[in-house]
Amino acid sequence: MHDVSIEMVSDPLSVRDGLRRALGARPFDRLAVADRSTAEIVLAEVLNNIVEHAYAAGPGPIRLWVGLEPGQLCIRIEDEGRPMPDHRLPTGQLPTPEDLAEGGFGWHLIRSLSSDLRYDRRGAVNCLCFRLPAEQSTG
Amino acid sequence: MQLDSKMQGTTLVIRALEDRIDAAGAIQFKERMRDLTAVPSTRVILDLASVHFLDSSGLGAVVAVMKLLAPDRRLELAGLTPTVEKVFRLTRMDTVFTIHPGLEAGLRQAG
Repeated sequence: MHDVSIEMVSDPLSVRDGLRRALGARPFDRLAVADRSTAEIVLAEVLNNIVEHAYAAGPGPIRLWVGLEPGQLCIRIEDEGRPMPDHRLPTGQLPTPEDLAEGGFGWHLIRSLSSDLRYDRRGAVNCLCFRLPAEQSTG
Repeated sequence: MQLDSKMQGTTLVIRALEDRIDAAGAIQFKERMRDLTAVPSTRVILDLASVHFLDSSGLGAVVAVMKLLAPDRRLELAGLTPTVEKVFRLTRMDTVFTIHPGLEAGLRQAG
């Protein structure tokens, strides 16, 4: 059911490398340009949030699974860090542009570009599932 | 973080030579930009034509640079590639920056 499985350690350079490995492999390498761009943005934001927040106290593993379904990708990302506050996903309220905030954009981007976003805490594991558009590139 | 800067008349033009400005490079980007913009100029244009990916950390760093230049100078942007443009548009930060289609267009236009 999952076409790709990628593991990485929770530091920014490892995440950058993991993202490069994921996007260079199927099914991402076959996506239309706009869908590939959407996938890169969403995956980067989710992975960086895990590094910054779930593993704020110390590093740990991150696992990513990707499955291709007709017209969409089914993504699951797990980590063993701290749970989400109140075991809920942030609302992703966008900062007012004129306030010139330097952060707080991540969950807005994730929520804008993904669908069926779901978070579960299973024992000591954070599990985030969502779907992304995947119009297959004809090239 | 590879950045190349030169004066074009009284405008300071900084070209980002990296493929991406992400969480792994955002702090370095901000520090390099602070050093490079220390020279006096009437305008500062950041050419992002080589940057194919920018995440929210990279966006935050660009905003931070804009704030470093205020109130005397504004940070103008040029050459946003599709993914970078998408991040600016979805976060509505395209409404607070002057964004030129390309560097040449930016230089022709008075700040």
